[in-house]
Amino acid sequence: MLAIRIARHLLSIAAIVLLGAFLSAVLVRSAPGFDTDEEQLDPRLSAASVSALRESHRQEHGLFRFYLSYLGHSLRGDLGVSRSLGQPVRGLLRDRVPATFRVVVTGLALGWLLALALGLTAALARTTAYDHATLIASGIFLCLPAAALALLSVLLNSPGYLGIALIVFPKVFRYMRNLLAKAYSLPHICTARAKGLSELRILGFHVLPVVAPELLALAGVSVSVAVGAAIPIETLCGIAGVGQLAWQAAIGRDLPLLVNITVLVTLVTLSANLGADVIGHILRSEGA
Amino acid sequence: MIRSLSSAFLLIVALFALFAGPLAPAHYTTQFREIPNAAPSRQHLMGTDDIGRDRFSRLLYGTRISLLLAPAAALLSTVLAALIGGLAGYLGGVWARCAMGFVDLFLSLPWLFLLIMVRGLLPLDISPVVSILITFLLLAILGWAASARILCAGASTLRQSGFLLQARASGISGIRLFAVHVLPNLRPILLAQFWISIPVFILSEANLGMLGLGVAEPMPSWGSLLREMEGMLSLSDGPWKLAPLVLLILVVSCFELALTKQEFAL
Amino acid sequence: MTRHPLAKSLLIGLALFCVASNFAFAEKELRFCLRTEPKNFNPLQTSNEAEETIRYLTGGVLVRVNRQNQELEPELAESWKISSDGRQISFKLRTGVNFSDGTAFSAADVAYTMQQLMDPALHSPTGDAFRSGSGTVTAKVLSPDHVTITFPAPVAGLERLFDQVAILSSQSPKKEGAVLGPFYVADYKAGASVLLKRNANYWKKDSQGRQLPYLDAIHLDIQPNRDIELLHFRRGELDLINSLDSEYFDRLAAVSPTLVHDAGPSLDAEEMWFNEVARAPIPGYKRIWFRSTNFRRAIAQSINYEDLSRVVFKGHAQPAAGPVSPANKFWFNEKLKPYAYDPESALKLLAQDGFHLQNGVLQDKDGNSVEFSIITNAGNSYRERMAVLIQQDLQKIGIKVSVATLDFPSLIERITQSFNYDAAILGLTNVDLDPNGQMNVWLSSSENHQWNPSEKSPETAWEAEIDRLMRAQASAIDPPKRKESFDRVQAIVMEQAPFIYLVNKNALSAVSASVQGALPVILRPQTYWNADRLTLSTGAR
Repeated sequence: MLAIRIARHLLSIAAIVLLGAFLSAVLVRSAPGFDTDEEQLDPRLSAASVSALRESHRQEHGLFRFYLSYLGHSLRGDLGVSRSLGQPVRGLLRDRVPATFRVVVTGLALGWLLALALGLTAALARTTAYDHATLIASGIFLCLPAAALALLSVLLNSPGYLGIALIVFPKVFRYMRNLLAKAYSLPHICTARAKGLSELRILGFHVLPVVAPELLALAGVSVSVAVGAAIPIETLCGIAGVGQLAWQAAIGRDLPLLVNITVLVTLVTLSANLGADVIGHILRSEGA
Repeated sequence: MIRSLSSAFLLIVALFALFAGPLAPAHYTTQFREIPNAAPSRQHLMGTDDIGRDRFSRLLYGTRISLLLAPAAALLSTVLAALIGGLAGYLGGVWARCAMGFVDLFLSLPWLFLLIMVRGLLPLDISPVVSILITFLLLAILGWAASARILCAGASTLRQSGFLLQARASGISGIRLFAVHVLPNLRPILLAQFWISIPVFILSEANLGMLGLGVAEPMPSWGSLLREMEGMLSLSDGPWKLAPLVLLILVVSCFELALTKQEFAL
Repeated sequence: MTRHPLAKSLLIGLALFCVASNFAFAEKELRFCLRTEPKNFNPLQTSNEAEETIRYLTGGVLVRVNRQNQELEPELAESWKISSDGRQISFKLRTGVNFSDGTAFSAADVAYTMQQLMDPALHSPTGDAFRSGSGTVTAKVLSPDHVTITFPAPVAGLERLFDQVAILSSQSPKKEGAVLGPFYVADYKAGASVLLKRNANYWKKDSQGRQLPYLDAIHLDIQPNRDIELLHFRRGELDLINSLDSEYFDRLAAVSPTLVHDAGPSLDAEEMWFNEVARAPIPGYKRIWFRSTNFRRAIAQSINYEDLSRVVFKGHAQPAAGPVSPANKFWFNEKLKPYAYDPESALKLLAQDGFHLQNGVLQDKDGNSVEFSIITNAGNSYRERMAVLIQQDLQKIGIKVSVATLDFPSLIERITQSFNYDAAILGLTNVDLDPNGQMNVWLSSSENHQWNPSEKSPETAWEAEIDRLMRAQASAIDPPKRKESFDRVQAIVMEQAPFIYLVNKNALSAVSASVQGALPVILRPQTYWNADRLTLSTGAR
């Protein structure tokens, strides 16, 4: 039953988010450099100031206490204060989520568009030369470092989203192409062709439905890939989004900010995959 | 024909890398400090880098490391993905749900801090070989999650397929069923995972260099050579500097062309 | 057409007016980048470069160090006097000056600012620079334009410290939003940009009586990526790059040589030091090496500094001769010379401590091969390259060096808390000319005494001597006496080599052709130190 399935998913999402928040706090706290602050190297600071700086980090030492207080506060809407930027986390996220949302969604859409264009035309054309050409083209973008892609997207005046699109498209394309190729080799395609069905009809009714579950899973995973790509792309392009914030938080070992960003990323990842699962279930039950 | 050409190319590159010692015109550490950033010449086929080291020699030595370790790490991550994702999908039910929950969590955690922690625990004067081995091992362990989901979906579909029912009916079960009847049908996804991981790991290794992991100076790797490209704002800065990128693209393409048996059936 | 001559002339007049107004009223907005994000806009709490930039452009100060000739000039204070014991300074203030929101400026504001600055809970570098001894700092308002500030102990270089103190209003409801500088913060988009607008109430006028600043606004982009900053500059979207990397300098110079400026050696130095901490978790024999003056001097003689300047900085640096750069004309000890590259002499020095070469590998007197690691911060390509060149140089005398780049927090943890490192390469950024700002580097009891922080008592005779000399120069008022003490400190540092000074970097900058009045110098801020007199030629963009 769809309703029970969704309820179960939501419960597991909550559990995973809570666990993720805790584990990320553990990771940040255990990594070396947690107690440090770049400012303490300033020779003008007196000894009292340096020890005051160190003291300010001590309050986050007790991990369980921090986590429980964080949970308590967040239930009331207070997500804590960022240590490296000195501002409330809620305000920071509210200001930056729209920018990242725009960049990631546009990048994902463009990446999928490119992948579908190449993948479907390769499936329809079915010539070896075109197949190889598309694979090499996607290979080129796979090999370009994020810095080069970011620079390219700035040069072409499409900051951010082009970079993310070019990171997402080769990976999506490669999986899609392999899945389609496998589907085309199944025996029922031969039968369909023998019956005289057009290529487009075969693609739409006999190939895509076969690979739909994997493509949906791929869609869910591509969201993770895009969100992960947002961090270097936003930082390199100078876009004021959550990705850039995440990088600054990582460098500053900003525990409150990092825990909140992990929660956000976990929610997005889980929702994307839940969405893919639900659509897959609907399609399967319709098909059956 | 294409397949044999690509395999031949890969073999030639591997041989060049293997015999980097005798083939390289200079050791990869030798600094020709009088001619930093030199253009290609007879003594230096690809010119010199920012501190005067011969680029061609560094490319040969770097190939040795990256060409050997990146595919190995890619293989390891593919195996991990197959085991976790494929098995979860094959078993279905609560196993699949738990495994996929684990995968989603894995994808969301900030693993950067684990890497920083590992660097903190390792001694500073660790041998470059051990450092690079640990790096690629870490990359493999952290890189399997994305395809695990797709494998799970694929294995789930197969679980309900006709031929599997038939195999079960004829008495095959358990590991044999999974290994012989499910995994080979997941091959398109596994191959895609393998092929994508190679350049991703090579590029990631360069980024890990920023944390002190990866290859330590002065040893080169493709990743560190690619990072040198970062300051290039235009091709006119020296198109020969793109050689590591071009080689990476060619090698990655050849891997794909050599390995893919599945072409769109005509 | 001639049927409606009035309409026609009206139309032409309107068109001309539009054209003229475009030229006359075009917003003169200067654009450049901040490399980091400002965390707060309180000028008393500036801790990073972005905040210092905003403070410089918005804050009104009592006295200003002229960045060009390094002399002290009156600003909001017309004159000042320091008492003979160095503990008191009195300022005669300018009258008729208002804050940006119209609130009047008076001595009460100076007293208020000092009270805020010296609040023990504040912990700012600016405030700490005034803390010469324990006790409270009192500010007495003698009249609306006369204020006296008394310190518990003499403060060395007292008057120059006021260049960093931006005066806040004690009465304005806008608090730090009311400023006395040429610009005020009009808008801040977190992570993206800061917009400064012209302060219409700025007190300064030029020699023709025209009110400064000439610019209408300054737009600061927050852009940590230097490649993209350069790209924007080349496209004309930025007007200046305040500190340019040497490889970008050469690239720009090849295309547009008139836009780049090399002002000569700056105050900044790059240095390397060894871990001499007694309780460091390193092998005992390494600790013995690093604590031996002969060993450190030998290393200093085995590094080819000319190569570092030429290869890493493309000639835009020079070998350093101690903690003070020759650009600091008054304080630099001219008798000091950089270490000469002399590996044979280095080996002789090492032989005195029992080191010897065995099959090309240097070994100590107990047969341990001399190997150590150098750490530096990732992302700084100069330091990474210097480390690789030094690695190669030291290999020639049989020492095996491994290089590790670490992320900054891990690096700081190693050099300040765990002391789990052998050697480190970092840079010193000097904002001040006065060496008193470096007091905490030289005092052996201090946390910033990098090679051996927080010593309970000086562990060597020369460190005790440095402690004595630094305290002497801090309590002396007479500049030549202070210089005598500090010259001696510099000489001891070069002799004992606790820091091995590598290079002094040049101050490189780029200014676009549309900016008028820019005079790049070495003191920060290099290009916009005279921001109130800069202007843009319209149409040249």
